[in-house]
Amino acid sequence: MTASLLDIRDLSLNIGDHPILKGVDLSIAPGEVMGLVGESGSGKSMTALTVMRLLPFAAQASGNVRFDGIDLIAATEDQMCALRGDDIGMVFQEPMTALNPVKTIGEQVAEGIRVHTGAARAEAEERARKMLDRVGLPAEKFPLSRYPHELSGGQRQRVVIAIACALKPKLLIADEPTTALDVVLQKQILELLKDLVRENRMGLLLISHDLAVVTEMADRITILRHGEVMEEGETARVLSEQVHPYTRQLAQASMHVPKRGVLPSPLWGGSANDRSAAEIVRRGEGGGDIHPSSKTEPSSPPPPRLDHFASQSALADPPHKGEGKDGPLLAVKSVSRLYPGRRLSLFRRDTPVHAVDDVSLSIAPGRSVALVGRSGCGKSTLARMILALDRPTSGEIRFRGETVTGKGEAELKAARRDMQVVFQDPYGSFDPRQKVERLVTEPLHLMEKKPSRAERREMATHALTEVGLSASDLDKYPHEFSGGQRQRLSIARAIITRPKLVVADEPVSALDVSIRAQILDLFADLNGRLGVAYLFITHDLTVARAITDDVLVMHEGRIVERGATKEVLDRPQSQAARALVEAAPDLHRAIARKMQEQG
Amino acid sequence: MTLHTDVPEERLTDLIGKALANRSFFVGLLIALAVAGAALLSFVWTPYDVARLVISDKQQAPSWAHWFGTDHFGRDILSMIMLGARNSIAVALVAVGIGMGIGVPLGCLAAARGGLLDEALMRLNDLVFAFPALLSAIMITAIFGPGAVNAIIAIGIFNVPVFARVARAGALSIWPREFILAARAAGKGQTAITLEHILPNIATLLMVQGTIQFALGILAEAGLSYIGLGAQPPMPSWGRMLFEAQTRMAVAPWMAIFPGMAIVVTVLGLNLLGDGIADIIDPKARRQR
Repeated sequence: MTASLLDIRDLSLNIGDHPILKGVDLSIAPGEVMGLVGESGSGKSMTALTVMRLLPFAAQASGNVRFDGIDLIAATEDQMCALRGDDIGMVFQEPMTALNPVKTIGEQVAEGIRVHTGAARAEAEERARKMLDRVGLPAEKFPLSRYPHELSGGQRQRVVIAIACALKPKLLIADEPTTALDVVLQKQILELLKDLVRENRMGLLLISHDLAVVTEMADRITILRHGEVMEEGETARVLSEQVHPYTRQLAQASMHVPKRGVLPSPLWGGSANDRSAAEIVRRGEGGGDIHPSSKTEPSSPPPPRLDHFASQSALADPPHKGEGKDGPLLAVKSVSRLYPGRRLSLFRRDTPVHAVDDVSLSIAPGRSVALVGRSGCGKSTLARMILALDRPTSGEIRFRGETVTGKGEAELKAARRDMQVVFQDPYGSFDPRQKVERLVTEPLHLMEKKPSRAERREMATHALTEVGLSASDLDKYPHEFSGGQRQRLSIARAIITRPKLVVADEPVSALDVSIRAQILDLFADLNGRLGVAYLFITHDLTVARAITDDVLVMHEGRIVERGATKEVLDRPQSQAARALVEAAPDLHRAIARKMQEQG
Repeated sequence: MTLHTDVPEERLTDLIGKALANRSFFVGLLIALAVAGAALLSFVWTPYDVARLVISDKQQAPSWAHWFGTDHFGRDILSMIMLGARNSIAVALVAVGIGMGIGVPLGCLAAARGGLLDEALMRLNDLVFAFPALLSAIMITAIFGPGAVNAIIAIGIFNVPVFARVARAGALSIWPREFILAARAAGKGQTAITLEHILPNIATLLMVQGTIQFALGILAEAGLSYIGLGAQPPMPSWGRMLFEAQTRMAVAPWMAIFPGMAIVVTVLGLNLLGDGIADIIDPKARRQR
C-alpha cells in the first residue's frame, strides 16, 4: 500500500463518561474509497467529526490521527481552519439544512474559494461556475444567483458537493450523502462522487448504514459497531467471505426477506451467492388480484391465497368478516389532487400542479400492496387522500364499498376504525408529552362504545404484546424507546382497533438494517395473523419485494405500471419502473461486481 | 443519524434539580416569592397601619422604627410597599389571565382553521397592536373612570394580541408534525387535537410569555397609577407613591427610592424567572457558544 493520506491509529473518544470510540484504526490512501459501515450509534459520524475536529465541546479524543503528515489531534484551531474546506471537504446527510437559505448558491460555492485562496470575487465566481457545471448544474438552468429553496433535494446535494470539492480537496468525507434522497438520485450522486474521486485522485471516506451502497462504491470497507472496528479489508473479500459474525449478521439483515404465509422454506440464503431467497418465499404466489381499472395490461386471475389460515387464529378477525360483498376493500376511482399554482400577481396564478393525476386502484382484503415511486411523485398525497386526511379535487374513494370522499368526521368514524396509519419517522409520530398508554389507545376514541379505563389498559397491553413489547412499557414516555421500538409502538397504535387496512408511509426507511428486518417480520406476521391489508408506500424496492404481493409504480402523479411485485420488479415495462429497478442498490449484485473488479 | 430536537420529558425530580441549578431561574424565583410573600403577609399584618396618619412622624428618614422611612403624612413606607405589592400583583395577574383566557383560544383557533378566519383574526390583532398600549389604557380609564378594575381591563385587553400571536405561532409549528396527522387519522377533531396535543406542547412557551407579560403588567399598573388612573386612595400603589414623592425628592429621597426599587426589583425578578424557564425548557439555546 502507498503512503496513506489519512491514518487513524488507536483513536478513542469519550463524551463525558461515555466511551464513544474504542481504539479505532482506519487509513485511506490517495484516490481510494473507504467505506465506513455501522448502525446508528456505532460512532461513524463521530469518527468523521474527529477528523474534521468538529466534535462537541464535551468530547475528549485520544490516539493518533495524521492527515498528510499533520497531527490532527494536536493541530491548533487556525491550522484546522486552513485544512477544512481546502484539503478536507465534507458532505452532510441533509441537503435541506446544509445550505444557508439566504445566500445564493454562487455565493456559497465561492465563499470557500475566497477564504482559502484570497481570490477576488469575480475570479472566485468563475471558479464556482466551473464547479457547478462539473457537478451537473449547468449555467443556463442554474445561474449563480439561484437560491437553495429553488432547487430540489438532489440538486441541493450537488451544490453541497460542489462546495466540498471546489478546492480539489485531498480527502472528502461524505456522511450518509444519499440517505435523504430517493434511489434514482442516490445513484446519480454516487456516480458523481465516484467520478470526482477518479479525476482528482481524492481520498473518499464514505459513511453509510447501507451495506449495498458502500459495497458498490468502496475499495476497502471498515465495519464499526459500538465504537469498535469489527472487520476491515478489501470490500470483495470482506463481504464474500463474511468471516466476522457481525459482518454476516449485517449482510443477512440487509437481504432479509420475512417469512410470509405458510411456506416452510428457509428464511434467507446464508451465502452471498444465494440470489433466490426472495423467489423461494414467494414461489407459491403468482399473479396479483389488484383489480386493474382502465388502461393497464390485464393480469392473470388471482390464485388462491395460501395464508388464510389466519382466520383460524383466535386473535384474528377473519379477513372477510364485515365486508359483506366480495368487492375490494379499497377502491380509488380516477382521483386527482390539484394544488393551486404559484401566485404570479394579484389576479393571476400559475397553472395548477397535479400532485395526483387521475389515479385508480383497488386493494382486496388481506392483500399487501406496495406503492413505489421517486420522492415527490405524489405517493404521500395519495395516501393522505385514502386516509381522508386530504380531499381529492376530483374522483372518488370507496372503502368497504362506502364512499369516504367529502364525508364529515362523524360519518367517517366507522371507516377510520378500519383504516389506520404508520408513519416514517418514529421520532415525530408521537406526542413527546404523553405516555405510551395514552398514545397507543388514541384510536380507541373511534369505538362506538367508549371503553372503560381498565378495558383501555387491557387493549393497550394486548396490542403491545402483539408487536413484541410488554405491559411494563405502558407508563413510559416515547423518548425512552429506541427507533425500532417506537416503530413497534406506531404499529401497536395502528392495530389496536383491529383495522382492515393499514397504510404505512416509508415505515422502515429511518431504521437500521437489523431493526428493519425485525419490523418487516412484524408486518408480515401481522398480515398473516390478523389478515390486515397493507398499502406500503416506499421508494425502497427491497422492502416492496420483501413483503408485498402487488406493486403500483407511480410517476409524476400517475400510476404508470402495476402488477404482481415479482413480475414488475423483475421485468419492469415502463421507463419509470425501469429507472427505479436499475438504481436500486442490491447487495448481491454489488458483491458480484466487486468480486470481478478486485479478483 | 439525525439529531432530534424534541425535548425529552424529564422526571420531575431531575427537572427541579436542573431548575434550581439555573441561576437566573433561582434568583428570579426568590424575588418573585419574596414579593408574593410580602403581598400575602400584608393581608394579616403590616408593621404599621397605613390608614392612620401620624403627622408628627412625617418624612422621617429610614430608621430601626421605620426601615424605609415615612411619607409626608407620616405613614410607614414599608407597610405601603407591602400593600402596594398586593395591588400590583392583583392587577398584573388578572390582566395576564384576561390576555391568556382570550388570546390563547383565539390563537389556537386561528392556527387550527387557517384561511380567511386566521387572516381576519390576525389583522384584528395587528390593529390592537398598532395602538401604544399605555396610551390606550389611559384612554380607556379616562373614559370609564380611574380605578383598579378599569386598569385591569385596559392592561388585559393589550395582553390579548400578544398571547394570540404566541399561541398561534406555537400551534402552527406543532400542526404539521406527524403525531398530529396520526391523531387526525384516529378521527380526532380540531378541538380535541388542540386540547390534547397542541396546548400541552405550547404550554411552556405560554408560561415564558406569561412571566414577561406579568412584569409588563406591573410596569403598566405603576404607570397608570402614577398619573392617577390606577388604584384610588386610600389603597396605596407603587406608582402613586412615586408621584407623591416627586416634589419631595430633595428633602425625602427615600420616599421615591424605595417604591422605585420595589418596581425595578419585581420586574427584574420576573424577567429573570422567564429567562430561566426558557433556558430550562430549551437547553440548546443556552449551550450555544
